[in-house]
Amino acid sequence: MNKNIFHLKGGSLASGEKRDVVISEGIIKEIGVSITSPEGALVLDVSDSIILSGLVDLHTHLREPGKEDSETVRSGSRAAAKGGFTAISAMANTSPVADTAGVVEQVFRLGKDAGYCDVFPIGAITQGLHGRELSEMGAMADSAARVRIFSDDGNCVSDPMVMRRALEYVKSFDGLIAQHAQDPTLTLDAQMNEGVVSSVLGLKGWPAVAEEAIIARDILLADHVKSRLHICHVTTAGGVEIIRWAKSRGMNVTAEVTPHHLLLTDELARSYDPIFKVNPPLRTEKDIMALREALCDGTIDIVATDHAPHPAESKECEWQEAAFGMLGLETALSIVQKTMVDSGLMNWVDVQNRLSIQPAAIARYQSQGLEVRVGNRANLTVINPGKSWKVDRDLVASRSRNTPFHSMDLPGVVTETFFNGRATLLRGELVQEMSS
Amino acid sequence: MSVAMSASDITRALTRISHEILERNNGSHSLTLLGIPTRGAHLALRIAGIIEGIEGAAVPVGTLDITLHRDDLRTRPPRPLMPTKIPRAGIESRSVVLVDDVLFSGRTIRAALDALGEIGRPKDVQLAVLVDRGHRELPIRADFVGKNLPTSRSQEVKVHLSEIDSLDEVLIEEGGTQ
Amino acid sequence: MKHLLSISDLSKSDALGLLDTATELARVSDGPMKKLPTLRGRTIVNLFAEDSTRTRISFEAAAKRLSADVINFSAKGSSVSKGESLKDTAQTLQAMGADAVIIRHGASGAPHRLAQSQWMTGSVINAGDGTHEHPSQALLDAFTIRKHLSHGENDLAGLHVAIVGDILHSRVARSNVLLLNLLGAQVTLVAPPTLLPVGVEHWDANISFEFDDVVGNVDAVMMLRVQQERMQELYFPNAREYSRYFGLNRDRLKKMKSHSIVMHPGPMNRGLEITADVADSARSVIVEQVSNGVSVRMAILYVLLAGAPIEMGSLL
Ligand SMILES: [Zn+2]
Repeated sequence: MNKNIFHLKGGSLASGEKRDVVISEGIIKEIGVSITSPEGALVLDVSDSIILSGLVDLHTHLREPGKEDSETVRSGSRAAAKGGFTAISAMANTSPVADTAGVVEQVFRLGKDAGYCDVFPIGAITQGLHGRELSEMGAMADSAARVRIFSDDGNCVSDPMVMRRALEYVKSFDGLIAQHAQDPTLTLDAQMNEGVVSSVLGLKGWPAVAEEAIIARDILLADHVKSRLHICHVTTAGGVEIIRWAKSRGMNVTAEVTPHHLLLTDELARSYDPIFKVNPPLRTEKDIMALREALCDGTIDIVATDHAPHPAESKECEWQEAAFGMLGLETALSIVQKTMVDSGLMNWVDVQNRLSIQPAAIARYQSQGLEVRVGNRANLTVINPGKSWKVDRDLVASRSRNTPFHSMDLPGVVTETFFNGRATLLRGELVQEMSS
Repeated sequence: MSVAMSASDITRALTRISHEILERNNGSHSLTLLGIPTRGAHLALRIAGIIEGIEGAAVPVGTLDITLHRDDLRTRPPRPLMPTKIPRAGIESRSVVLVDDVLFSGRTIRAALDALGEIGRPKDVQLAVLVDRGHRELPIRADFVGKNLPTSRSQEVKVHLSEIDSLDEVLIEEGGTQ
Repeated sequence: MKHLLSISDLSKSDALGLLDTATELARVSDGPMKKLPTLRGRTIVNLFAEDSTRTRISFEAAAKRLSADVINFSAKGSSVSKGESLKDTAQTLQAMGADAVIIRHGASGAPHRLAQSQWMTGSVINAGDGTHEHPSQALLDAFTIRKHLSHGENDLAGLHVAIVGDILHSRVARSNVLLLNLLGAQVTLVAPPTLLPVGVEHWDANISFEFDDVVGNVDAVMMLRVQQERMQELYFPNAREYSRYFGLNRDRLKKMKSHSIVMHPGPMNRGLEITADVADSARSVIVEQVSNGVSVRMAILYVLLAGAPIEMGSLL
């Protein structure tokens, strides 16, 4: 039996049409009704499942180089495969920072070596993420990693002049500036969303306006210099309104929302358990509803995980001492099903758009985010939406355990992930060795 | 369940105890009565009333909560503290009569003596109880006893007083799973 | 009750029970009291990761009067201030056999972390956490108010208390708003808008920016300490302007109702939030708050520690 011929039997496409899919030689070889299994094919009965174009994440924190005890490119890639992702985008806040061609090429190569998915490095906008001098974005764009997204994520590019120059500079190679919108002086030592819960808990508030003011400013700047702007992890109803306004004026801005901001609220901080501490912070029910609506109507273009692994000691402490961030890759699709599909807001075509096709288009990932069509590269995700599972932080593929969804029952089990025609996840199990 | 003392038994016993106290102390002038809450406090008030009726003068009466001095605190959930009310004249050089409903192991009285020690130094301390049911675990005895009631350890003696329980009676109940 | 973390964990009867217990303990303490044997053999750790001599001494006196063994684990030079994790510290205390940890910590929620983690099994008593809560202070404040103003009532129904000053950063204010409401009192917060938290409109309290409008209508005025560094953080222009609008001085004292009292959790900035003559006036119960603190803290220790351990109870 040839390892890399698969016959997905009886599944549905995102549209709901029942189709068999045959994968061979790295591409989608055949799509049809009741296909006869090709010679040597591994036949998988996916009759309860949906076959989606492989998921693409534009916001992933791998901790290599620098903090390999929390996550490596390989462990993060495996977590991605388990969550149905065939491409992830490694944020620049590693140590050393990904602000040179050397570092992005190293990460890119580590991704290739791991072999579970495409690992596209994101380059830093400014040297050392300090927000002052531009990093060598041209060299990173020209490198083997062919970087197209640039972000100082974790830090906001708060100086408007630096932001303007960055937006202008990346135009020459069709780059994208991804902004972590957080006014630093309005959020000095901030710990959680500023509102009734922070007032009671005595944790320093993180006002929505600190995010919204930067979104508004950067939209105006990007429009002024006619460049492409992407807003990372939008969390507030006000931010949604500003982006909606910009899009209605035809401005070139895209935006993402994380799965956790679609589901969790700042009420969870009442436990003082830093597992719920994240940047930007969890907001309110009203914000969640606005974010879901915006994802549904396209104001927010995509879902991105902001997968942020941390070692146990960074979370087993006082809230204000704890690190910001939570795991996301392995639970993303289930959270989206729970919040957007099972609630009736979106169908699976929308899901495929928001988690695969649009992110790949925004990032210019040519081989990713393609419709499930004969001849396209076989980057596919198979999910059984009728099954549910219980999240167990001790069973994650990530090297870290900081999932806020521990012990939660979630709908939708990802059973198979195919990357370039090879199974990285098969019958719910990670394939142990992918490197060729 | 059986009735060990009726209402009139209780009244008679308290009257006798009052007379015995007066006799032993040559009148009421040096007496201070301290009841141990809850029911001992009511008994002390009743005895004080009887003594006043006999002597024609009020006798200082108060309460002494022993909770803070108990040696069995850790065996049960925390209990609320009961009031300790020492008469204005204090207990210094007085003859203090401790009053309680049932004398059993003697541990309550041991705690009461400790509690008393925190407050002052009486001339002497005497003990009046409505019922002595035996089974002492400490070298303690009562000076004035309403009724000696032989019991087995598994039995329970229940004192009901009209001030809280709507009638006066002393019951013996067979113990369950002690 | 196993822990005392926040006033919000208390029912009204819990709170009244603590106050009643404190009343009895205060009566016992009034005599020539030596030591009560109640907590003999219990080990209580004072874990003070932040300086507060007053609160530490008050808890220490309370514990010692109940004959508990007290271990002081204070901030200066301790591992807590040197970055040893809270978890490591807790595990150390567990190994030492601490029955209770009284914790003062700069991080809001640190006592919750101790109590909810599996790091240690003893009781946790919050002696002030960051800008969150200070439940024992609120209890001693309620105790003091009840003693002076309740006319023999059990609770504080019908009374009106003004809390004045830096509400935003005050754990005393947070605990007091919760407890005073629980006990039936009405609360008015008086502060410049910069020193009120966003979200305060959802608290059970009236808000006023005008101290002069409030001072004549309340039964107790509770002044909060204002930290000097708030000026650098732009919360108000300078000390003089703060005192003028939010300080308690002789003129405002004159406007107070004849029976009303002046309170302050200490330590005071004389001349900033309160003038020296007001602090030392007949209306001031500030010194009495300190002595009431010991009785209230004895009551907390008694209620949490005197009975059977909670774990044991659950086995029965
Ligand atoms: Zn970010």
